[in-house]
Order: sequence, then structure tokens, then C-alpha cells
Amino acid sequence: MRYIPNSAHERELMLRDMGVESIDYLFRGIPAHLQLKGPLKLTPALSESETLDYFHSLAARNVIHAQEASFLGAGAYDHFIPTVIDTLISRAEFLTSYTPYQPEISQGTLQAIFEYQTMICELTGMDVSNASLYDGSTATAEAVLMAVRVTGRSKIALAANLHPEYREVVDTYIHHAGITEQTIPSDPVTGTLKPEALADLGNDVAALVIQSPNFFGGIESLQALADAAHEAGALLVVVVPEAMSLGILKAPGQCGADIVCGEAQSFGIPTSFGGAYCGFFAVREKYQRQIPGRLVGQAFDGEGRKGYVLTLATREQHIRREKATSNICTNQGLYALMATVYLSLLGRKGLQEVAEQNVQKAHYAAKQIAALGGYKLRFTAPFFNEFVVTCPKPAREILDRLARQKIIGGLPLARFFPRMENELLVCVTETTTRQEVDSFTDTLKRISEDTEF
Amino acid sequence: MIKKATTHISQNEGLIFERSREGKTGYRISALDVPATKTEELIDPSLLRDDDLAGLPEVSEPEVVRHFTRLSTWNYAIDLGMYPLGSCTMKYNPRLNERVARIPGFAASHPYLPDEFAQGNLELLRELEDNLAEITGMAAVSLQPAAGAQGEMAGLMVIRACLGARGNPRKRVLIPDSAHGTNPASAAICGYAVQTIKSNAQGAIDIENLRQVVDEDVAALMLTNPSTLGLFEENIEEVCRIIHDAGGLVYMDGANMNALVGVTRPGDMGVDVLHLNLHKTFSTPHGGGGPGAGPIAVVKELEPFLPFPRVVEKTDDKGERRLELDYNRPQSIGRVRAFFGNYSVLVRALCYIKTLGPDGLREATEAAVLNANYIAHHLKSDYDLAIPDGKPMHEVIFNDKRQSRHGVHTLDVAKRLIDYGFHPMTMYFPLVVNGAIMIEPTESEGREEIDLFIDAMKSIAQEARENPELVKGAPHNTRIGRLDEAAAARKPVLRAKAAS
Repeated sequence: MRYIPNSAHERELMLRDMGVESIDYLFRGIPAHLQLKGPLKLTPALSESETLDYFHSLAARNVIHAQEASFLGAGAYDHFIPTVIDTLISRAEFLTSYTPYQPEISQGTLQAIFEYQTMICELTGMDVSNASLYDGSTATAEAVLMAVRVTGRSKIALAANLHPEYREVVDTYIHHAGITEQTIPSDPVTGTLKPEALADLGNDVAALVIQSPNFFGGIESLQALADAAHEAGALLVVVVPEAMSLGILKAPGQCGADIVCGEAQSFGIPTSFGGAYCGFFAVREKYQRQIPGRLVGQAFDGEGRKGYVLTLATREQHIRREKATSNICTNQGLYALMATVYLSLLGRKGLQEVAEQNVQKAHYAAKQIAALGGYKLRFTAPFFNEFVVTCPKPAREILDRLARQKIIGGLPLARFFPRMENELLVCVTETTTRQEVDSFTDTLKRISEDTEF
Repeated sequence: MIKKATTHISQNEGLIFERSREGKTGYRISALDVPATKTEELIDPSLLRDDDLAGLPEVSEPEVVRHFTRLSTWNYAIDLGMYPLGSCTMKYNPRLNERVARIPGFAASHPYLPDEFAQGNLELLRELEDNLAEITGMAAVSLQPAAGAQGEMAGLMVIRACLGARGNPRKRVLIPDSAHGTNPASAAICGYAVQTIKSNAQGAIDIENLRQVVDEDVAALMLTNPSTLGLFEENIEEVCRIIHDAGGLVYMDGANMNALVGVTRPGDMGVDVLHLNLHKTFSTPHGGGGPGAGPIAVVKELEPFLPFPRVVEKTDDKGERRLELDYNRPQSIGRVRAFFGNYSVLVRALCYIKTLGPDGLREATEAAVLNANYIAHHLKSDYDLAIPDGKPMHEVIFNDKRQSRHGVHTLDVAKRLIDYGFHPMTMYFPLVVNGAIMIEPTESEGREEIDLFIDAMKSIAQEARENPELVKGAPHNTRIGRLDEAAAARKPVLRAKAAS
């Protein structure tokens, strides 16, 4: 087998060298009746070209944006991915290296994480960021667990317009932790949370968890929500599944957030059917010893040379075991590196330009659609790159007809909110062309006019 | 004498922020193709950033390339040489897997594609589930957990849900003192109290002690097999029987599956749930700290409790077979992460399985176990085996007793190994062995590399006797020496200073 350097013959020689009769002897610790008598029932090994053929034909049964215009967002975003990201993360020393527990031979990884942590702090307006969590949904769950630890309270308030799958993950994580939740309704007109809805937030609430831009695409008024949360002695957790929005929207840290977490997939990570992604997590300095996940800090050696090292490890599972701040070990290191390279390439100007284009294109699309007879923008709140359209017919029907024109029209909200039968969540990014938007609008028009094509 | 490595000039490089200069640019996106409106008219200015993103750098593309390339050269990696890390299974990361994961049909697919447009992805998930079920001898698999620790959490939640459905979720989980730290941490998240049970002199579960400790408050036993000392739990069937007789379930940490694939199956041993580490046994790259994937495999009775959605087979109105995502799973523990799991990692793992096939998988296991035993055979004259009469499988564990007599400890041996051109072995884990030195070569190492490793370890043992200061001051040949980690933790500096 080409991945095994020792040939069968070499292995014989090694056995002989050890004075061992056969390889079976080395498995003598396994009771004989537990040892398999024949090979596993799997397809026989494929050659390299057979493997490629096999996977290419599988992949061909999926539809991607390059083949059809897509207006899907909802927590996974189609953004342009610069070429050199893959070049750099494909370097063996990044791809095939281990967790940087031995700092003397892991400075590449450690310094890159330190840069990532810095950039996340800059974008979120917070003091401390960890080295990554699995994704935005688990980052939200970890934020809830942390808020409960920090405040000693056992209730959380979740915005109704939080990504439904994120909410499901929070539910799973808190299920056995003795934590209860209440839902804060969103305003039916704006789609955002009204601070008045928080008027009777009890002093048993550990955190108010909100998302901005929210699941419907609307931008929340963070400062007012922070004030309401803090009045009740609760932390404000701001969840950001669309990290690109931080390129243009005010940093949650500047609006009173205590924890900012979310998803960095928009920074150079392909949508890849939902994973692997990169959860980010940032807090105020006073909470740095309560933060979950790995942290990289600056350190010096005996000669005064500066380096980087995993630090504050006493929070983590390998030291604190059942008392750890989280059970997380392996996280999303390589993907945090992808985000770091992306942010280095785009940088200060680029990120703003990309974010700006998202705003412009999405608003162009929204305006065109709103001008069509039969279609309305469902909510009035300002938005970044996603918005909800109320259609003249059930959204699923509209999507079927769009699909015939090779357009994936967005997410039918009835999938998560059964009463929103006619609502469609539409996402437009810098990768969506004007032509695609015009064609989309045009097709929507024809569908509403019931023109057969 | 150091044979594998030599010092070499490596580039210095500061932080990326130090390269930043106003006006440098590293990107170009297409021009805006829609008429522009003033942003302030679209979004209220109070919601917009006013800091012009001052904290992000402005750097050109070649400088970004140079920056990260220089950084990368400071790392050790599998492609440079062996990682003898016990319990980590640092095997070769096949580039074919990388190529396949990047096929646009996979990489550019959106998780919310309607099922009919994602048949390739659903098929892949299905096939990987089936393959892993066959490999583990279990009935059903969930690919959703993002890493081993998450798999443990999900697995324990499944156990809890099952026991709850039977009438009583119970209160505590038994975990050997030799377990990986994620085990008790995961149990705690599931609302279980952790009771640590002692291992016997062989590092195995003490059967008599287990019999005494088990009662109807015990929900589960979490064990690792082979144990974290690299030894097969020979009494595993008896252990499972004891737990089952008391109405509990058995969770197996599958981190050490590299010793078992193709040779034996946890499902045949009586295990109820296990997790796998795809970034260990199934060759997906460690990437400096992830991503990995920690699928769980369960017995039939536990299938209804698995995370949703599940991939199910349906026949459409044309009579054709179709795959669908089923979200209607009333007994499910819920979701452990958004979407379907670390899909890009799953693709790599399936590619690995298809490349090896049943024969290759077995061969890999045999080669891995042989390599570890070969090392055990050659180093036992220089280092004390932690379990002298043990039957090491894919990893072998020593302690630093002999070296301590000269004031040299495991940490020193590890750091000196760096000078010899290797990454250190696993140190101080499992906790039950004092000064643990745990070595797992994997099947990816050839005899040449292993002989160099054995050579290095023997040489270090000699240095410990004849020149202990040399070992204690190691590493000597790296860019930086041992860092003052205590000082770093006292006054943490966790980000670069903000530009003023």
C-alpha cells in the first residue's frame, strides 16, 4: 500500500529482528474470538484515478453557484476566495503540523494564531479572542455556558430571530446544565428586537443572546439592547454568523457587548456543504480566564527572544478535566489560518470595499424586487446583505419555478417558521452579478404574472 | 551523534501588522456593477463603523505570501518527519484527499441546497456512515460532531437520552484515571457527576473494583480501548457485561482505533457507543489544531437518539431512489452543530477509506502495531517500560525513572529530541504513569525513520547519564529556547498592540 513505507518484506525483517514469529503474535492481547476472520466488507481499494472518477461523479450530482445563480445565505455565505489562501495553507508545515504544544517548533502556527486573535479583536471591538471554536453555532452555545459561569445565574434570554439551527445547538448544550431559556420576540414590522420587549428582563437572566445581522438579515440596535441587558445585570452576547458585516457595521464591542461570537466562514472559507468552518469568540479583558478554547500569548525565552505559546491552559480540559471551561480540544486551526490570510490580503481597505459591495448589491436587488407588483420587503429594518421577501405565492412554489430557470432563489422561511409560507430569505453578495440579479427579478416578475415559459 | 537534523538559516519575520503601510493593496475585486447609493442612505450612520477598520493591515500580495511562508518554515510537520506522539496518530495526510475535498461540486455547495440538488453530498455522507459502521461493527453512525470531544459529548447525551427513555437517566459516569481530559469534561456538560475509577497495575480496568463500584446510579462507563497506555482491554467483554447487567451503557473513546481497524471491532466487544477521530485514524490533516471530526457510532437501540438530521433513503414518484435529510426525529438529542458536520473533513476521510480498501486498512493497522513494538523492543534497554509485561499495540509507554537518577526528566528528553530533528513524544499523559513518555509511530513511518528515532532516543539516554546538563538545557538548535510560560500566564498578552 503506497502510504505504508515498510514493504511486506521489510516488515518480515523487522519481525525477525525482534525475534517474533509473525505479526499475529503482536495481536495476542486481543481475545481470538474477537479477531476478524476475514476482511471488512468494504469496496476494494481504488486506484488514484478510479478514486478521482468516483468522487467527480458524486460531486457532479450537486449544484453549485458557478452553474446556477444562487441567493442562498442563512449562515453560509458565497464570497470571493483569493487564490493564495489555498497556496499558503497547503504548505506542509501548516497543513500537516500538530497542535502547537511544543512552542519551539511551532512558532509559525502560534504567531499566525496571535495575528488571528488580534484581527478578531479589531473587528469585534473586544479585548481578547480565542484561537477558534468549531463554528458559529457551538460558539453561541459556549457563550451561553460562559455567561452562566460568570454571572452564576441560570436563565438565558434568546432572541426569536436567532438562526434557528444555532438555537437548536444551544438547546442541546444547555439541556442537562440546569439552564432555562426565554424567548424575546422580534417586532413583526421591523424584524428586529425592540428594547421595550426587554423591559421585564428578570435579574435571574445570565445573558441576552442576540444576532446581528439577525436571521432575517436585519441590523439590530446593539447599544440599546446592551443597556437593557446590563440594567438587568445580564451580559450581552452578540452573535455574528455573517462576519463580513463587521467590515462595515459598528463593532459590537463599541456598543456594549460583553461576548461577541460568530462564524468566520465568510473570510476565505468555502461553503462546503456546511463545514468545516471557523467559530470566533471574543470577550472583554475581565473575562479572559473564563473564555473557552485555546489562547495564544506572547512569551520570552531565556535569551530574551520573543515568541508565542499556548497559555492560560488551566482553563482547559487537559488540566481541569471536569472543571474545565469547555471540553474543546481540537478546534479549527487551519481554517482560522485561512481567515487570517484572507484578512491580511483584503485588509483595512479591502474588507470595507467587499462589505460595501454586499450592501450595494443587496439593496439594488431589494429595490428591484420591491418595485415588482406582488412582492414586498417583509421587514423595515436596515440590512446588510440579506433580506426577506414576501411573495404572492408560497415561496416553495416560487423556488420551483426559479429552479427551472436555473436560479436557486434563496431559503424558504417556512422551513423554520411554518407560518411564513410566502416568505423567502434572499442573500446577495459581491459574487452575485448584476445580470444574475436582473434575471432573478425578471423571473420573479414573470412568475407573479403567471407567464408560462 | 545527531543524524536526522542540522541547523539551517531560517528567516526572521515580525507580525503582519508590522508590514502594514497605508496604500499597500493585496486584493482586487471586480468593480461594482450596480448603481451605487450613498451607504448612509441605506443604513443609518449610527449603525456603521467609524474607525475605518484602522486595526487591520494593508499589505501587498507578495508580502502576505512571504510572511506566511516564512512563518510556516518555523513549524515541524509530518511531511518533515515523524511525530512520535502517543494517542495522536500522526500519520501521512494524503494529498489525494486534499484534491478531492476541493472538487467544486463539494467545496462550493451550499448547505441549504434543496435535497434534490445535493444528492452527491448526501450519497457521500451515507457511504461514509456505512463504511464507519462496518469498520466499527456498529449499527448507525452520526457524522455531525466536529471533533472527538464533541463526539464524546454527543455520545454521552445519546446514552442519557436512552436511559431517560427507559425511565431513569441515572447520575454518574465512571471514568478511569488514565482517561483523556476531554472524557470527564464532556461528561460534566451532560450533567453527569464523574467518578474516577482506578486502573490496575497493567493500566487496565480493575474488574473487582468495577464490580463493587457499579450500581443503579451508574449511567455509563467511559473507556478507551486500547487504553491510553496502548494496551488492549483484554477483559472488555466482561467489563461490558458488568455495566450492562447493572443497566448502564458502555462508551468507548475511539482515539486509539489505529490499533484495531480491520482486526477487531468495538461492536463485537459489547460497546454501545464510540467516537472516532477522523483526524487521527482516518488521516485527515491536523492543520496545526484542527479541523477534525468526531463521528459517533451506536448500537441499534440507540439510533433514534442520534443528532438530526439523518440521511434517509426514499423512493420518489418516478420510482427512483433518492436520498433525503430527515429532520423529524422526535427522540433525537438534538443538534450538536449547525448544518451537517465538518463536511470537508468527512470527504477526506471517505477518500482515505476508498484508497485503502479493506486490505489496506488492515495492512495499516498491522504496520502501525509492528512499528510500535519494534520501538518498544529496541528502547527497553534504555528506558523503563511503564508496564514491563504489557503487550503494546500501536503505542508504547515508558517512564523517566532511569533518567531521573541523573536529574533528567521526561520534559528534558522531549526537548532534546527536538535537537535530533524530531517532534517530541507525548509527555505526562496518561496521568497514571509518572513521567510518561508515550510513543506512537503510526504505519506512515519507514524503518529508516524509526531507526533514526531509536538512535536519537538511545543517544539522549546516554547523554542523560554522561552529560545531563546538555539534555536539561535543550533545545539548543531552535529559533527560540524554552519559553517562560509561567510569566506568560501571569501577565497575558493575547493580541498585538493596537496601532495608535
